[in-house]
Amino acid sequence: MRGVGRRRVVLLYGLLVLMAAIYILPFLIDVATSFKTEEEAAADPVSLLPGTFTTAAYERLFLRSDFPTWFANSVVVTLLVTAGRVLFDSLAGYALARIPFRGRTALFALLVAVMAVPNVVLLIPKFLVINQLSIYDSYPGLVVPLLADAAGIFIMKNFFESIPVSVEEQARIDGAGTLRIFWSVVLPMARPAVVTIVILSFQGSWNELSHFIVASQDPALFTLTKGVAQLASGALSQGSQYPLKLAAAAVMTIPVAVVFFVFQKRIMNASTGAVKE
Amino acid sequence: MVSPAVLLLGTFLAVPVVMALSVSFSDWRGVGSPFGSDVGFVGLENYRSILTGGTLAQRDFGTALRNNAYYVLLVVPLQTALALALAVLVHTRWLRGRGFFRTAFYFPSVTSSVAITVLWLFLFSSSGAVNEILGWVGINGPAWFNDPRGLLHLALGGVGVDQPPAALSENTALGISWWEWLAGPSVAMFALVLMAVFTTSGTFMLLFIAALNNIGEEIDEAGQMDGASSWQRFRHLTLPMLRPTLFTVLTLGLIGTWQVFDQIYTGTQGTPAKTTLTPAYLSFESAFNDQRWGQGAAIAFILFAIIVSLTLVQRWLLRSRT
Repeated sequence: MRGVGRRRVVLLYGLLVLMAAIYILPFLIDVATSFKTEEEAAADPVSLLPGTFTTAAYERLFLRSDFPTWFANSVVVTLLVTAGRVLFDSLAGYALARIPFRGRTALFALLVAVMAVPNVVLLIPKFLVINQLSIYDSYPGLVVPLLADAAGIFIMKNFFESIPVSVEEQARIDGAGTLRIFWSVVLPMARPAVVTIVILSFQGSWNELSHFIVASQDPALFTLTKGVAQLASGALSQGSQYPLKLAAAAVMTIPVAVVFFVFQKRIMNASTGAVKE
Repeated sequence: MVSPAVLLLGTFLAVPVVMALSVSFSDWRGVGSPFGSDVGFVGLENYRSILTGGTLAQRDFGTALRNNAYYVLLVVPLQTALALALAVLVHTRWLRGRGFFRTAFYFPSVTSSVAITVLWLFLFSSSGAVNEILGWVGINGPAWFNDPRGLLHLALGGVGVDQPPAALSENTALGISWWEWLAGPSVAMFALVLMAVFTTSGTFMLLFIAALNNIGEEIDEAGQMDGASSWQRFRHLTLPMLRPTLFTVLTLGLIGTWQVFDQIYTGTQGTPAKTTLTPAYLSFESAFNDQRWGQGAAIAFILFAIIVSLTLVQRWLLRSRT
């Protein structure tokens, strides 16, 4: 650290450690409080070590509430949406990048336009279509509208355009059809982009709330976001129930946290598309 | 090959928008098909009832607009400044543990808004962690999510202005008095402002870090040779080069903050005293809870128009200064 003043070093580290503490502390408080009794959560909301350690909140959550149903629904929806987006986004991205067809430019312009429409404007429109197609209050209603996303197609198209055409031409000379080339030559090469789509879709659909609100009302179809949101506004509770709510918040964070830490490097480098609203 | 995705996006994005537009011109109440013969065409009636007439619908819309405007005015500058500051700090050449700090600042961005809202309701409850910590330094914290008082009104009260001048209380815009427009964000809304800054600053920090990496160090070193201080180098060398990223961050911030929905649905449902009501939530509530679908759709399209026009204005402002 030659050339850097000692005071400046102390100042920078001090500032960063303080900021990091502010960012991390809420999550630690969340986990700590979920193991406290309700009385202690109210009396001592800051301490990171529960005075009396109890798993009552988790027992209640997993054994005597609809939480397991919400969790299962979230898993099913997230897996289907992620698989669907990988398939449909890459197919569409490939076609837009490689296959000349009439109206390709217009279609791409439409895609960009769709990306620009704010999500909240689409709440009522989505409900209308879901209702019209008679898939309201059903798994298809939860899943199908999310199966392709404009941003994902955009990412795949950009990636396919960066791959040299020569590889595919070689395969074509060897007699492979377009679909076959796509499946066994192009898609394997697109692995980095596919991983990006997987991460973005996983996080996006696991954390999605508004679509599930407008697509269903049956409690059997609640996902974690919708269920926990109901819990927050007092559905299960008498009193504040903070340990229970915070336990629910902690558990629903675990899957995205795991994905985040596994793919950390890639997420940090490709997060442009993951902007939260 | 492109067709499945186009079919999906067309069916669930393009067609719906057109359908909703037609609903916004109708008196559909949620029963039967919105395109059935018993649904009347009412022209601009839904838009008129939101924008004129002094009805409850208009007052709610005015209130929601005011709340969200203050939210945007606070969140966008704060999150942009914080994201930039964090990026510059983390980008420091001789810093160790860079990965740890980046992870810490970015983690809130990947967690669901529902989980963060639940956490925030606890941290900012009247006897919650934030007030406890404020108590350590002798500050008696407010009741946060139960406190509808506007920050600007509180500040004015602090200098002795409790009663509005007649000019402010008598004149109204969008159904609420000028005095109410000047209330500022409520204490409850301010807690949501802090939450937004907490969850989005990490995302935007990454955009700034990527831009800083692209700039490279030669220019900074050249500035150092010429004897410029680190602040001068930042202000006159780095910042101008970050301009495109700054534009992206401000635009994304503007678009995102005008759409606050999840946090309101999960946390406050517009309470206390409608001071956390936002147009996005009001649109949802009018349609899905009150069955006034035409009005809900109309609010959504007005919101859309606001977002598009503000983005264009911002683009024009930032461009004309270069």
